[in-house]
Amino acid sequence: MADFVSLSEGVEAVLSDGCSVAMEGFTHLIPHAAGHEAIRQARKRLTLIRMTPDLVYDQMIGMGCAEKLVFSWGGNPGVGSLHRFRDAVENGWPHRLEIEEHSHAAMANAYEAGAANLPFAVFRGYKGVDLPKVNDRIRSVTCPYTGEVLATVPAIRPDAAIIHALRADREGNVMLEGIVGVQKEAVLAAKRSLVTVEEIVEDFGPRNANAVILPAWTVTAIAHVPGGAYPSYAQGHTKRANDFYIAWDKIARERETFLAWMKEHVLEKGPEAFARHAEKARAA
Amino acid sequence: MTATPTEMMTIAAARLLTNSDVCFVGIGAPSAACNLARLTHAPKITLIYESGTLSTRPSVLPLSIGDGELCDTALTTVSVPEMFRYWLQGGRITIGFLGGAQIDRFANLNTTVVGPYEAPKVRLPGGGGAPEIASNCQQIFITMAMGARAFVDRLPFITSFGHGTGKGDRERLGLKTKGPTRVMTDLCVMEPDAETAELTVTSLHPGVTREQVQAGCGWPLRFAASVAETPPATDRELTVLRDLHARTKRAHGVAA
Repeated sequence: MADFVSLSEGVEAVLSDGCSVAMEGFTHLIPHAAGHEAIRQARKRLTLIRMTPDLVYDQMIGMGCAEKLVFSWGGNPGVGSLHRFRDAVENGWPHRLEIEEHSHAAMANAYEAGAANLPFAVFRGYKGVDLPKVNDRIRSVTCPYTGEVLATVPAIRPDAAIIHALRADREGNVMLEGIVGVQKEAVLAAKRSLVTVEEIVEDFGPRNANAVILPAWTVTAIAHVPGGAYPSYAQGHTKRANDFYIAWDKIARERETFLAWMKEHVLEKGPEAFARHAEKARAA
Repeated sequence: MTATPTEMMTIAAARLLTNSDVCFVGIGAPSAACNLARLTHAPKITLIYESGTLSTRPSVLPLSIGDGELCDTALTTVSVPEMFRYWLQGGRITIGFLGGAQIDRFANLNTTVVGPYEAPKVRLPGGGGAPEIASNCQQIFITMAMGARAFVDRLPFITSFGHGTGKGDRERLGLKTKGPTRVMTDLCVMEPDAETAELTVTSLHPGVTREQVQAGCGWPLRFAASVAETPPATDRELTVLRDLHARTKRAHGVAA
Protein backbone atom coordinates (compact mmCIF):
# COMPACT_ATOMS: atom_id res chain seq x y z
CA MET A 1 0.00 0.00 0.00
CA ALA A 2 1.23 3.45 -0.82
CA ASP A 3 2.56 5.45 2.13
CA PHE A 4 2.03 9.19 2.26
CA VAL A 5 5.44 10.73 2.92
CA SER A 6 7.36 13.98 2.58
CA LEU A 7 9.38 14.39 -0.60
CA SER A 8 12.69 13.84 1.20
CA GLU A 9 11.39 10.69 2.91
CA GLY A 10 10.05 9.41 -0.39
CA VAL A 11 13.30 9.93 -2.31
CA GLU A 12 15.21 8.34 0.56
CA ALA A 13 12.86 5.35 0.50
CA VAL A 14 13.21 4.54 -3.18
CA LEU A 15 16.70 5.77 -4.17
CA SER A 16 20.07 4.53 -2.96
CA ASP A 17 23.55 5.02 -4.37
CA GLY A 18 24.21 2.74 -7.33
CA CYS A 19 20.58 1.91 -8.09
CA SER A 20 18.75 2.30 -11.40
CA VAL A 21 15.89 4.75 -11.62
CA ALA A 22 13.40 5.75 -14.30
CA MET A 23 12.12 9.30 -13.69
CA GLU A 24 9.69 9.31 -16.58
CA GLY A 25 7.52 11.94 -18.15
CA PHE A 26 7.12 12.58 -21.88
CA THR A 27 7.40 16.40 -21.81
CA HIS A 28 4.34 16.42 -19.51
CA LEU A 29 4.49 15.57 -15.76
CA ILE A 30 8.27 15.43 -15.42
CA PRO A 31 9.21 14.89 -11.76
CA HIS A 32 11.55 17.88 -11.40
CA ALA A 33 11.04 18.38 -7.65
CA ALA A 34 12.02 14.76 -6.97
CA GLY A 35 15.12 15.14 -9.15
CA HIS A 36 16.14 18.20 -7.14
CA GLU A 37 15.64 16.27 -3.91
CA ALA A 38 17.89 13.46 -5.23
CA ILE A 39 20.54 16.11 -5.95
CA ARG A 40 20.20 17.54 -2.43
CA GLN A 41 20.56 14.03 -0.99
CA ALA A 42 23.74 13.76 -3.11
CA ARG A 43 22.85 10.38 -4.60
CA LYS A 44 25.75 8.89 -6.56
CA ARG A 45 26.43 6.28 -9.28
CA LEU A 46 22.79 6.17 -10.40
CA THR A 47 21.76 4.55 -13.66
CA LEU A 48 19.32 7.12 -15.02
CA ILE A 49 16.74 5.70 -17.42
CA ARG A 50 14.43 7.86 -19.50
CA MET A 51 13.27 8.12 -23.11
CA THR A 52 13.70 11.89 -23.20
CA PRO A 53 16.23 12.97 -20.56
CA ASP A 54 15.66 16.69 -20.47
CA LEU A 55 16.50 19.43 -17.99
CA VAL A 56 16.19 17.41 -14.79
CA TYR A 57 18.60 14.70 -16.01
CA ASP A 58 20.89 17.43 -17.39
CA GLN A 59 20.95 18.81 -13.84
CA MET A 60 21.53 15.43 -12.19
CA ILE A 61 24.31 14.56 -14.66
CA GLY A 62 25.97 17.95 -14.14
CA MET A 63 25.82 17.51 -10.36
CA GLY A 64 27.56 14.12 -10.57
CA CYS A 65 24.62 11.86 -9.60
CA ALA A 66 24.81 9.61 -12.67
CA GLU A 67 27.12 6.81 -13.65
CA LYS A 68 25.11 5.69 -16.66
CA LEU A 69 22.33 7.04 -18.86
CA VAL A 70 19.87 4.80 -20.74
CA PHE A 71 17.98 7.00 -23.22
CA SER A 72 16.59 7.55 -26.69
CA TRP A 73 16.60 11.35 -27.19
CA GLY A 74 18.78 13.68 -25.14
CA GLY A 75 18.01 17.27 -26.04
CA ASN A 76 16.21 20.39 -24.89
CA PRO A 77 13.01 20.06 -26.95
CA GLY A 78 12.63 22.81 -29.53
CA VAL A 79 15.65 24.64 -28.08
CA GLY A 80 18.81 22.61 -28.70
CA SER A 81 21.43 20.74 -26.72
CA LEU A 82 21.54 19.53 -23.15
CA HIS A 83 24.88 21.15 -22.37
CA ARG A 84 25.62 19.23 -19.15
CA PHE A 85 24.88 15.90 -20.88
CA ARG A 86 27.14 16.94 -23.77
CA ASP A 87 29.91 18.07 -21.43
CA ALA A 88 29.79 14.67 -19.69
CA VAL A 89 29.89 12.68 -22.95
CA GLU A 90 32.32 14.93 -24.83
CA ASN A 91 34.66 15.95 -21.98
CA GLY A 92 33.96 13.61 -19.06
CA TRP A 93 32.79 16.46 -16.76
CA PRO A 94 32.14 16.15 -13.86
CA HIS A 95 33.08 12.53 -14.59
CA ARG A 96 32.74 9.96 -17.38
CA LEU A 97 29.15 9.00 -18.23
CA GLU A 98 28.41 5.56 -19.64
CA ILE A 99 25.60 5.60 -22.18
CA GLU A 100 23.19 2.95 -23.47
CA GLU A 101 21.33 4.44 -26.40
CA HIS A 102 18.10 3.25 -28.02
CA SER A 103 15.30 4.58 -30.21
CA HIS A 104 11.94 5.71 -28.75
CA ALA A 105 10.17 2.68 -30.19
CA ALA A 106 12.70 0.38 -28.50
CA MET A 107 12.40 2.01 -25.08
CA ALA A 108 8.59 2.25 -25.20
CA ASN A 109 8.47 -1.45 -26.04
CA ALA A 110 11.07 -2.27 -23.37
CA TYR A 111 9.05 -0.54 -20.63
CA GLU A 112 5.95 -2.38 -21.75
CA ALA A 113 7.85 -5.68 -21.65
CA GLY A 114 9.03 -4.81 -18.13
CA ALA A 115 5.47 -4.10 -16.99
CA ALA A 116 4.33 -7.35 -18.65
CA ASN A 117 7.04 -9.36 -16.84
CA LEU A 118 8.64 -10.44 -20.12
CA PRO A 119 12.43 -10.77 -20.54
CA PHE A 120 12.60 -8.75 -23.75
CA ALA A 121 10.62 -6.67 -26.21
CA VAL A 122 10.16 -7.43 -29.90
CA PHE A 123 9.34 -4.88 -32.56
CA ARG A 124 9.94 -3.93 -36.18
CA GLY A 125 12.81 -1.47 -36.05
CA TYR A 126 16.50 -0.55 -36.25
CA LYS A 127 16.61 -1.51 -39.95
CA GLY A 128 19.75 -0.31 -41.70
CA VAL A 129 20.89 2.02 -38.93
CA ASP A 130 24.11 2.23 -36.89
CA LEU A 131 22.81 2.04 -33.30
CA PRO A 132 22.98 -1.79 -33.15
CA LYS A 133 26.71 -1.50 -34.00
CA VAL A 134 27.38 0.52 -30.83
CA ASN A 135 24.81 -1.04 -28.47
CA ASP A 136 25.14 -4.82 -28.10
CA ARG A 137 21.85 -4.96 -26.15
CA ILE A 138 20.07 -4.50 -29.48
CA ARG A 139 19.63 -7.97 -30.99
CA SER A 140 17.10 -9.82 -33.12
CA VAL A 141 14.76 -12.78 -33.17
CA THR A 142 13.25 -14.71 -36.06
CA CYS A 143 9.46 -14.93 -36.03
CA PRO A 144 8.56 -18.65 -35.69
CA TYR A 145 5.47 -18.15 -37.85
CA THR A 146 6.65 -15.98 -40.74
CA GLY A 147 10.45 -16.09 -40.65
CA GLU A 148 10.62 -12.28 -40.39
CA VAL A 149 13.65 -11.01 -38.47
CA LEU A 150 12.57 -8.57 -35.78
CA ALA A 151 14.54 -6.32 -33.42
CA THR A 152 14.74 -7.10 -29.71
CA VAL A 153 15.85 -5.18 -26.62
CA PRO A 154 15.89 -6.36 -23.00
CA ALA A 155 12.92 -5.39 -20.83
CA ILE A 156 13.47 -2.32 -18.64
CA ARG A 157 13.18 -3.33 -14.96
CA PRO A 158 14.37 -0.34 -12.90
CA ASP A 159 15.04 -0.56 -9.17
CA ALA A 160 12.89 2.54 -8.82
CA ALA A 161 10.41 4.58 -10.83
CA ILE A 162 9.64 8.18 -9.94
CA ILE A 163 6.78 10.03 -11.62
CA HIS A 164 4.64 13.14 -11.09
CA ALA A 165 0.85 12.75 -11.33
CA LEU A 166 -2.20 14.98 -11.18
CA ARG A 167 -3.79 13.58 -8.04
CA ALA A 168 -3.96 10.85 -5.46
CA ASP A 169 -6.96 9.97 -3.33
CA ARG A 170 -6.85 9.33 0.44
CA GLU A 171 -6.41 5.61 -0.16
CA GLY A 172 -3.27 6.22 -2.22
CA ASN A 173 -4.63 5.52 -5.69
CA VAL A 174 -2.98 7.71 -8.34
CA MET A 175 -4.55 9.30 -11.43
CA LEU A 176 -2.84 10.55 -14.60
CA GLU A 177 -4.48 12.42 -17.46
CA GLY A 178 -3.35 14.15 -20.64
CA ILE A 179 -0.08 13.06 -22.23
CA VAL A 180 0.49 9.97 -20.11
CA GLY A 181 3.75 8.88 -21.77
CA VAL A 182 5.21 5.64 -20.38
CA GLN A 183 4.66 6.40 -16.69
CA LYS A 184 2.19 3.59 -16.00
CA GLU A 185 4.56 1.10 -17.63
CA ALA A 186 7.57 2.52 -15.75
CA VAL A 187 5.87 2.17 -12.35
CA LEU A 188 4.63 -1.36 -13.07
CA ALA A 189 8.07 -2.38 -14.38
CA ALA A 190 9.94 -1.05 -11.34
CA LYS A 191 10.64 -2.75 -8.01
CA ARG A 192 9.54 0.34 -6.05
CA SER A 193 8.02 3.68 -6.92
CA LEU A 194 7.53 7.23 -5.72
CA VAL A 195 4.74 9.40 -7.09
CA THR A 196 4.67 13.14 -6.45
CA VAL A 197 1.21 14.65 -6.94
CA GLU A 198 -0.35 18.06 -7.56
CA GLU A 199 -3.17 17.42 -5.11
CA ILE A 200 -4.57 14.86 -2.71
CA VAL A 201 -8.35 14.52 -2.85
CA GLU A 202 -10.86 12.62 -0.71
CA ASP A 203 -12.20 10.81 -3.72
CA PHE A 204 -11.57 11.08 -7.49
CA GLY A 205 -15.31 11.66 -7.98
CA PRO A 206 -16.98 11.28 -11.37
CA ARG A 207 -14.42 10.21 -13.94
CA ASN A 208 -13.96 8.50 -17.26
CA ALA A 209 -14.20 4.74 -16.73
CA ASN A 210 -10.92 4.38 -18.66
CA ALA A 211 -8.91 7.00 -16.75
CA VAL A 212 -5.27 6.01 -16.23
CA ILE A 213 -5.13 4.94 -12.59
CA LEU A 214 -2.35 3.26 -10.65
CA PRO A 215 -3.99 1.42 -7.74
CA ALA A 216 -2.53 2.11 -4.28
CA TRP A 217 -1.10 -1.43 -4.08
CA THR A 218 1.18 -0.77 -7.09
CA VAL A 219 2.81 2.36 -5.61
CA THR A 220 5.38 2.48 -2.79
CA ALA A 221 5.15 6.10 -1.69
CA ILE A 222 3.25 9.29 -2.50
CA ALA A 223 4.41 12.83 -1.74
CA HIS A 224 2.25 15.93 -2.12
CA VAL A 225 4.38 18.39 -4.14
CA PRO A 226 2.21 20.99 -5.89
CA GLY A 227 4.00 22.50 -8.90
CA GLY A 228 6.54 19.67 -8.67
CA ALA A 229 6.76 19.24 -12.44
CA TYR A 230 7.95 22.82 -13.12
CA PRO A 231 9.20 23.81 -15.73
CA SER A 232 7.30 20.85 -17.18
CA TYR A 233 3.58 20.97 -16.47
CA ALA A 234 0.53 19.23 -15.08
CA GLN A 235 -2.50 19.22 -17.39
CA GLY A 236 -5.25 21.42 -15.96
CA HIS A 237 -3.01 22.67 -13.13
CA THR A 238 0.10 24.36 -14.51
CA LYS A 239 1.36 25.35 -17.96
CA ARG A 240 4.68 24.30 -19.48
CA ALA A 241 7.21 27.09 -18.79
CA ASN A 242 8.56 27.25 -22.32
CA ASP A 243 10.41 30.47 -21.40
CA PHE A 244 12.42 28.54 -18.78
CA TYR A 245 13.32 25.79 -21.26
CA ILE A 246 14.65 28.54 -23.54
CA ALA A 247 16.49 30.22 -20.62
CA TRP A 248 18.08 26.91 -19.53
CA ASP A 249 20.19 26.87 -22.69
CA LYS A 250 22.18 29.86 -21.44
CA ILE A 251 22.29 28.78 -17.79
CA ALA A 252 23.64 25.31 -18.58
CA ARG A 253 26.06 26.27 -21.34
CA GLU A 254 28.94 27.07 -18.95
CA ARG A 255 29.93 25.05 -15.87
CA GLU A 256 30.13 28.15 -13.64
CA THR A 257 26.69 29.55 -14.44
CA PHE A 258 25.25 26.05 -14.11
CA LEU A 259 26.79 25.47 -10.67
CA ALA A 260 25.73 28.91 -9.44
CA TRP A 261 22.14 28.27 -10.58
CA MET A 262 22.06 24.84 -8.92
CA LYS A 263 23.39 26.28 -5.65
CA GLU A 264 20.83 29.06 -5.53
CA HIS A 265 17.78 27.18 -6.85
CA VAL A 266 18.31 23.59 -5.72
CA LEU A 267 20.92 23.11 -2.98
CA GLU A 268 19.73 26.10 -0.93
CA LYS A 269 16.02 25.42 -1.53
CA GLY A 270 13.48 22.76 -0.59
CA PRO A 271 10.44 21.22 -2.28
CA GLU A 272 8.31 24.17 -1.13
CA ALA A 273 10.10 26.21 -3.82
CA PHE A 274 7.88 24.45 -6.36
CA ALA A 275 4.63 25.48 -4.65
CA ARG A 276 4.82 29.03 -6.03
CA HIS A 277 4.49 27.66 -9.57
CA ALA A 278 1.21 25.99 -8.60
CA GLU A 279 0.05 29.15 -6.79
CA LYS A 280 0.92 31.32 -9.77
CA ALA A 281 -1.07 28.99 -12.04
CA ARG A 282 -4.08 29.07 -9.71
CA ALA A 283 -4.02 32.87 -9.63
CA ALA A 284 -3.79 33.15 -13.42
CA MET B 1 5.54 40.09 -49.92
CA THR B 2 8.68 38.02 -50.43
CA ALA B 3 9.48 34.83 -48.54
CA THR B 4 12.77 34.33 -46.70
CA PRO B 5 14.61 31.10 -47.62
CA THR B 6 13.39 29.43 -44.41
CA GLU B 7 9.80 30.47 -45.10
CA MET B 8 10.10 29.16 -48.65
CA MET B 9 11.27 25.78 -47.28
CA THR B 10 8.27 25.57 -44.97
CA ILE B 11 5.83 26.67 -47.67
CA ALA B 12 7.24 24.22 -50.25
CA ALA B 13 6.78 21.42 -47.70
CA ALA B 14 3.26 22.50 -46.77
CA ARG B 15 2.15 22.42 -50.42
CA LEU B 16 2.87 18.68 -50.65
CA LEU B 17 0.35 17.82 -47.95
CA THR B 18 -3.30 16.93 -48.59
CA ASN B 19 -6.52 16.44 -46.65
CA SER B 20 -6.16 12.67 -46.84
CA ASP B 21 -2.69 12.56 -45.27
CA VAL B 22 -1.94 11.23 -41.82
CA CYS B 23 1.30 12.93 -40.77
CA PHE B 24 3.74 12.05 -38.02
CA VAL B 25 5.06 15.50 -37.18
CA GLY B 26 8.45 16.48 -35.79
CA ILE B 27 9.22 19.76 -34.01
CA GLY B 28 10.57 22.76 -35.93
CA ALA B 29 10.12 23.23 -39.69
CA PRO B 30 7.99 20.04 -40.06
CA SER B 31 5.54 21.26 -37.43
CA ALA B 32 5.31 24.68 -39.10
CA ALA B 33 4.76 23.10 -42.53
CA CYS B 34 2.06 20.68 -41.34
CA ASN B 35 0.15 23.39 -39.50
CA LEU B 36 0.49 25.83 -42.41
CA ALA B 37 -1.08 23.17 -44.66
CA ARG B 38 -3.86 22.65 -42.11
CA LEU B 39 -4.54 26.40 -41.92
CA THR B 40 -4.58 26.86 -45.70
CA HIS B 41 -5.38 24.20 -48.29
CA ALA B 42 -5.63 21.01 -46.18
CA PRO B 43 -7.93 21.72 -43.21
CA LYS B 44 -8.78 18.03 -42.76
CA ILE B 45 -5.17 16.77 -42.60
CA THR B 46 -4.53 14.46 -39.63
CA LEU B 47 -1.54 15.50 -37.51
CA ILE B 48 0.01 13.12 -34.99
CA TYR B 49 2.82 13.98 -32.57
CA GLU B 50 4.82 11.19 -30.96
CA SER B 51 3.73 12.21 -27.46
CA GLY B 52 0.48 10.38 -28.25
CA THR B 53 -1.77 13.18 -29.52
CA LEU B 54 -3.97 11.99 -32.42
CA SER B 55 -5.61 14.48 -34.82
CA THR B 56 -4.37 17.58 -33.03
CA ARG B 57 -5.18 21.15 -34.12
CA PRO B 58 -2.84 23.48 -32.21
CA SER B 59 -3.49 27.23 -32.55
CA VAL B 60 0.19 27.94 -31.84
CA LEU B 61 3.21 25.79 -32.69
CA PRO B 62 4.35 23.64 -29.78
CA LEU B 63 7.90 24.23 -28.50
CA SER B 64 8.16 20.57 -27.56
CA ILE B 65 6.60 17.42 -28.92
CA GLY B 66 4.34 17.27 -25.86
CA ASP B 67 3.07 20.79 -25.11
CA GLY B 68 -0.36 20.94 -23.43
CA GLU B 69 -1.69 22.74 -26.52
CA LEU B 70 -1.38 19.47 -28.47
CA CYS B 71 -3.34 17.43 -25.94
CA ASP B 72 -5.97 20.16 -25.44
CA THR B 73 -6.76 20.25 -29.18
CA ALA B 74 -6.38 16.53 -29.96
CA LEU B 75 -9.19 14.11 -30.79
CA THR B 76 -7.65 11.73 -28.25
CA THR B 77 -4.31 11.13 -26.56
CA VAL B 78 -2.80 7.65 -26.29
CA SER B 79 0.18 6.34 -24.32
CA VAL B 80 3.63 6.44 -25.88
CA PRO B 81 3.92 2.62 -26.23
CA GLU B 82 0.54 2.58 -28.01
CA MET B 83 1.68 5.42 -30.29
CA PHE B 84 4.75 3.52 -31.43
CA ARG B 85 3.10 0.09 -31.62
CA TYR B 86 -0.44 0.51 -32.95
CA TRP B 87 -0.14 3.75 -34.89
CA LEU B 88 3.42 3.94 -36.24
CA GLN B 89 4.39 0.25 -36.46
CA GLY B 90 0.76 -0.52 -37.30
CA GLY B 91 1.33 1.19 -40.65
CA ARG B 92 -1.32 3.87 -40.25
CA ILE B 93 0.90 6.88 -41.00
CA THR B 94 1.13 8.05 -44.61
CA ILE B 95 3.83 10.70 -44.18
CA GLY B 96 6.65 11.00 -41.68
CA PHE B 97 8.38 14.35 -41.51
CA LEU B 98 12.04 14.32 -40.51
CA GLY B 99 14.91 16.74 -40.20
CA GLY B 100 18.44 16.12 -39.10
CA ALA B 101 21.82 17.60 -38.39
CA GLN B 102 23.32 15.88 -41.44
CA ILE B 103 22.11 14.17 -44.61
CA ASP B 104 23.93 12.30 -47.37
CA ARG B 105 23.19 11.88 -51.09
CA PHE B 106 20.92 8.88 -50.44
CA ALA B 107 18.89 10.77 -47.81
CA ASN B 108 20.25 8.83 -44.84
CA LEU B 109 20.18 11.07 -41.74
CA ASN B 110 22.47 11.64 -38.78
CA THR B 111 21.22 13.13 -35.51
CA THR B 112 23.50 11.14 -33.20
CA VAL B 113 27.16 12.24 -33.23
CA VAL B 114 29.75 14.18 -35.17
CA GLY B 115 33.05 12.33 -34.91
CA PRO B 116 33.51 8.81 -33.52
CA TYR B 117 30.63 7.44 -31.41
CA GLU B 118 32.86 6.55 -28.44
CA ALA B 119 34.59 9.95 -28.37
CA PRO B 120 32.32 12.37 -30.22
CA LYS B 121 33.36 15.85 -31.19
CA VAL B 122 29.70 16.88 -30.94
CA ARG B 123 27.15 14.77 -29.14
CA LEU B 124 23.76 15.39 -30.79
CA PRO B 125 20.39 14.47 -29.16
CA GLY B 126 20.10 11.05 -30.84
CA GLY B 127 17.41 9.31 -32.83
CA GLY B 128 14.29 9.56 -30.69
CA GLY B 129 11.42 8.37 -32.84
CA ALA B 130 13.25 8.88 -36.14
CA PRO B 131 14.70 5.39 -36.87
CA GLU B 132 11.25 3.77 -36.82
CA ILE B 133 9.47 6.78 -38.35
CA ALA B 134 11.87 6.40 -41.29
CA SER B 135 11.08 2.72 -41.73
CA ASN B 136 7.38 2.48 -40.79
CA CYS B 137 5.73 5.52 -42.44
CA GLN B 138 4.55 4.99 -46.01
CA GLN B 139 6.84 7.79 -47.20
CA ILE B 140 9.19 10.35 -45.70
CA PHE B 141 9.54 14.07 -46.35
CA ILE B 142 12.71 15.73 -45.10
CA THR B 143 13.13 19.46 -44.39
CA MET B 144 16.63 20.82 -43.83
CA ALA B 145 18.41 24.10 -44.49
CA MET B 146 21.38 23.66 -46.85
CA GLY B 147 25.01 24.07 -45.85
CA ALA B 148 28.20 22.11 -46.55
CA ARG B 149 28.34 20.88 -42.93
CA ALA B 150 24.76 19.56 -43.13
CA PHE B 151 24.72 18.08 -46.65
CA VAL B 152 27.80 15.87 -46.37
CA ASP B 153 29.57 13.39 -48.59
CA ARG B 154 29.78 10.78 -45.86
CA LEU B 155 27.80 10.50 -42.61
CA PRO B 156 29.74 9.67 -39.43
CA PHE B 157 26.67 7.80 -38.16
CA ILE B 158 23.42 6.60 -39.75
CA THR B 159 20.62 7.39 -37.30
CA SER B 160 17.74 6.98 -39.76
CA PHE B 161 17.88 4.92 -42.93
CA GLY B 162 17.01 6.58 -46.23
CA HIS B 163 18.10 4.76 -49.37
CA GLY B 164 21.32 3.29 -47.93
CA THR B 165 23.95 3.12 -50.66
CA GLY B 166 21.45 3.35 -53.49
CA LYS B 167 18.46 1.86 -55.25
CA GLY B 168 17.37 -1.52 -53.93
CA ASP B 169 18.90 -1.27 -50.45
CA ARG B 170 15.53 -0.75 -48.75
CA GLU B 171 14.03 -3.80 -50.45
CA ARG B 172 17.10 -5.89 -49.51
CA LEU B 173 16.50 -5.02 -45.84
CA GLY B 174 12.89 -6.11 -46.14
CA LEU B 175 11.52 -2.58 -45.92
CA LYS B 176 8.20 -2.26 -47.72
CA THR B 177 7.81 1.51 -47.33
CA LYS B 178 9.04 4.12 -49.83
CA GLY B 179 11.48 5.98 -47.59
CA PRO B 180 12.43 9.59 -48.38
CA THR B 181 10.61 10.83 -51.50
CA ARG B 182 11.26 14.58 -51.14
CA VAL B 183 13.85 16.80 -49.48
CA MET B 184 12.68 20.40 -49.05
CA THR B 185 15.52 22.81 -48.42
CA ASP B 186 15.72 26.57 -48.07
CA LEU B 187 17.09 26.78 -51.65
CA CYS B 188 15.54 23.94 -53.64
CA VAL B 189 13.57 20.69 -53.71
CA MET B 190 15.37 17.37 -54.22
CA GLU B 191 13.98 13.96 -55.08
CA PRO B 192 15.68 10.56 -55.27
CA ASP B 193 16.52 9.63 -58.85
CA ALA B 194 14.24 6.88 -60.19
CA GLU B 195 17.21 4.71 -61.31
CA THR B 196 19.83 5.33 -58.59
CA ALA B 197 17.92 6.83 -55.61
CA GLU B 198 20.55 9.60 -55.46
CA LEU B 199 19.09 12.97 -54.45
CA THR B 200 18.58 15.14 -57.52
CA VAL B 201 17.53 18.79 -57.63
CA THR B 202 14.11 18.98 -59.30
CA SER B 203 13.08 22.54 -58.44
CA LEU B 204 14.92 25.75 -57.52
CA HIS B 205 13.23 28.31 -55.27
CA PRO B 206 12.65 31.74 -56.90
CA GLY B 207 15.91 33.62 -57.53
CA VAL B 208 18.20 30.74 -56.47
CA THR B 209 21.04 29.67 -58.80
CA ARG B 210 22.56 26.21 -59.32
CA GLU B 211 25.87 27.58 -57.99
CA GLN B 212 24.24 28.66 -54.71
CA VAL B 213 22.72 25.23 -54.24
CA GLN B 214 26.02 23.47 -54.99
CA ALA B 215 27.84 25.75 -52.53
CA GLY B 216 25.53 24.47 -49.77
CA CYS B 217 26.23 20.81 -50.51
CA GLY B 218 29.26 18.65 -49.72
CA TRP B 219 28.94 16.32 -52.72
CA PRO B 220 28.71 17.11 -56.47
CA LEU B 221 24.97 17.63 -56.88
CA ARG B 222 22.97 16.18 -59.72
CA PHE B 223 20.28 18.28 -61.37
CA ALA B 224 17.24 16.81 -63.12
CA ALA B 225 17.06 17.04 -66.94
CA SER B 226 14.50 19.79 -66.54
CA VAL B 227 14.71 21.76 -63.32
CA ALA B 228 11.52 23.61 -62.40
CA GLU B 229 11.20 26.88 -60.53
CA THR B 230 9.28 26.60 -57.28
CA PRO B 231 6.21 28.87 -57.55
CA PRO B 232 6.78 31.90 -55.31
CA ALA B 233 5.05 32.10 -51.95
CA THR B 234 1.58 33.61 -52.18
CA ASP B 235 0.53 36.47 -49.93
CA ARG B 236 -1.94 34.15 -48.21
CA GLU B 237 0.71 31.49 -47.48
CA LEU B 238 3.05 34.10 -46.06
CA THR B 239 0.40 35.89 -44.02
CA VAL B 240 -0.84 32.67 -42.43
CA LEU B 241 2.71 31.45 -41.71
CA ARG B 242 3.84 34.76 -40.21
CA ASP B 243 0.69 35.01 -38.06
CA LEU B 244 1.31 31.47 -36.82
CA HIS B 245 4.91 32.30 -35.86
CA ALA B 246 3.88 35.57 -34.17
CA ARG B 247 1.17 33.80 -32.10
CA THR B 248 3.69 31.11 -31.21
CA LYS B 249 6.32 33.58 -29.99
CA ARG B 250 3.78 35.38 -27.80
CA ALA B 251 2.57 32.07 -26.37
CA HIS B 252 6.13 30.95 -25.54
CA GLY B 253 6.90 34.16 -23.70
CA VAL B 254 9.41 35.37 -26.26
CA ALA B 255 9.13 38.94 -27.56
CA ALA B 256 8.04 38.82 -31.21
